[in-house]
Amino acid sequence: MLSYTLKRILQAIPTLWVVITLSFFLMHLAPGGPFDGERQLPPEIEANLMASYGLDKPVWEQYFTYMGNLLQGDLGPSFKYKDFSVTELVAQGFPVSLELGLWAISLALLIGIPLGVIAALKRNSSVDYMVMGTALAGVAIPNFVIAPMLALVFGVFLAWLPVGGWNDGHWKNLVLPVVALSIQQIAYIARMMRASMIEVLGSHFIRTARAKGLSESEVIFRHALRPAMLPVISYLGPAIAGIITGSVVIEQIFGIPGIGRYFVQAALNRDYTLVMGTVVFYGGLIVLFNLIVDLLYSALDPQIRYDNE
Amino acid sequence: MIMNNTTLTAPAVGNSLARDAWRRLRQNGAATVSLVLLAVISLVCFVGPWLTPWALDEVDWNAFLAPPSIESGHYAGTDSNGRDLLTRVFYGGQISLSVALVATLVSLVIGVLYGAIAGYFGGRVDNLMMRFVDIMYSLPFMFMVILLMVVFGRNILLIYAAIGAVEWLDMSRIVRGQVLALKRREFVEAAHALGVSSFKIVTRHLIPNAIGPVIIYVTLTVPKVILLESFLSFLGLGVQEPLTSWGVLISEGKDMMETAPWMLIVPSAFLAITLLCLNFLGDGLRDALDPKTR
Repeated sequence: MLSYTLKRILQAIPTLWVVITLSFFLMHLAPGGPFDGERQLPPEIEANLMASYGLDKPVWEQYFTYMGNLLQGDLGPSFKYKDFSVTELVAQGFPVSLELGLWAISLALLIGIPLGVIAALKRNSSVDYMVMGTALAGVAIPNFVIAPMLALVFGVFLAWLPVGGWNDGHWKNLVLPVVALSIQQIAYIARMMRASMIEVLGSHFIRTARAKGLSESEVIFRHALRPAMLPVISYLGPAIAGIITGSVVIEQIFGIPGIGRYFVQAALNRDYTLVMGTVVFYGGLIVLFNLIVDLLYSALDPQIRYDNE
Repeated sequence: MIMNNTTLTAPAVGNSLARDAWRRLRQNGAATVSLVLLAVISLVCFVGPWLTPWALDEVDWNAFLAPPSIESGHYAGTDSNGRDLLTRVFYGGQISLSVALVATLVSLVIGVLYGAIAGYFGGRVDNLMMRFVDIMYSLPFMFMVILLMVVFGRNILLIYAAIGAVEWLDMSRIVRGQVLALKRREFVEAAHALGVSSFKIVTRHLIPNAIGPVIIYVTLTVPKVILLESFLSFLGLGVQEPLTSWGVLISEGKDMMETAPWMLIVPSAFLAITLLCLNFLGDGLRDALDPKTR
């Protein structure tokens, strides 16, 4: 287990390096610089600015400087938010994004799993068709359509909930973004849970459990549920990545001060360091969660042992 | 099972895989309805602009943010610049649908070739090529595409290429698996013995035999591509004025939803119905083409 964990961590490093390097050079290849505003700066001032941020040096030299600083946890200064370092901006936005993401993933599991189980138990009934039809709609319709629609119905027409804003995480401000962020994942998880539950319910050990006279609820909760949840656990990695990328849109739509909101804005502004900072941070987060999910999976499924690999 | 069925029902003609799949697809209600709806939507998007009384960027000075009405000829209302929404939705549909086709084609070509080469040569080449795919898998893709769009400017050709370049990974894995299984078969050996070049063997013998799963996967890629394009356009990184796409229209509609909800509802409905139909159709095709589901 330990050696597997170490191996996975070692594998994550080249991946992260590729992400960082690729985005660094892409960003610097882009035409235009961080100081092309509406107002043309005098050339001397621009040269001074470039020099003070080290942008006058050759790109490869900037790359090594950046990597050196990164290893020390320094993401550099932001070009647009002049008084902030990127590390500060990320540290400011992350708790907000994290809260949103945690709620979304919890909601996805808490609703998706029971829905899938119910659909599997009532297979080919009207309940099953209804749940699966809705789930397919949830998979198909993107969150940037669902989010404004929710805001329109509950925020504008019914006026039950605020259309946007954060308000220090008041629950009323949380409801719509969390729902919009989790609907797609709920749908995926429900579909997956139904399929694997049906498969498990047809297997021999369930027949044995029934044969020895266990009640139906014992069969389901004690025997069927745990193996049926394995595919869902392994889906958690992509689900978390989906929620993270989804938050870029959702945070923009609802005006939530997380990290996702910075990303697009920063990319358009050529705020190199802020873009790099968010990419590095998100990339690291996705790699980390994938690792955790894999380890969790091996802990839940006794058939999988990584030691001998 | 299936072989038996087909020979029993039509012993003289014999049913090709395609015809058999088509027959089974038509038995699937949801998939048939989806197919018809998709045909209607595509037709409307490509023919519709001639039928509406307005041009793409024609401004109706009497109707800014006008609600949908039959008399004025703005059947879906107008936007904040007085342009007819329905016409714009049709044009947006043209872009979204053509992006879907071209980008899927790009991903198809890259994925199939890459996977076939890796599978055919095997060994170290395969190992290296697939390790590269593994690394690509773990990249946060949305961010990479966004970066690409920022770097190379908002250009519709680039959208095709960028999305295609992102979506080929699964395809290459599927094709590689197929080719690995196929390349040990006698007909490949026979081709070798006849002195056919490796390239010819891959393109003429291996790829055509791996086509079934590829078709299934293509139908599942199309909605993903449409989604990605509208996601980019929604963020303001996709197609640019005067062109438009469903993503752009939804994004504009979102900003005006309190005063002009139709601007959000109409393009959203078109996008949602299209994606829903494509998903139903993909599911149906998978069932129809996969002999194991019978």
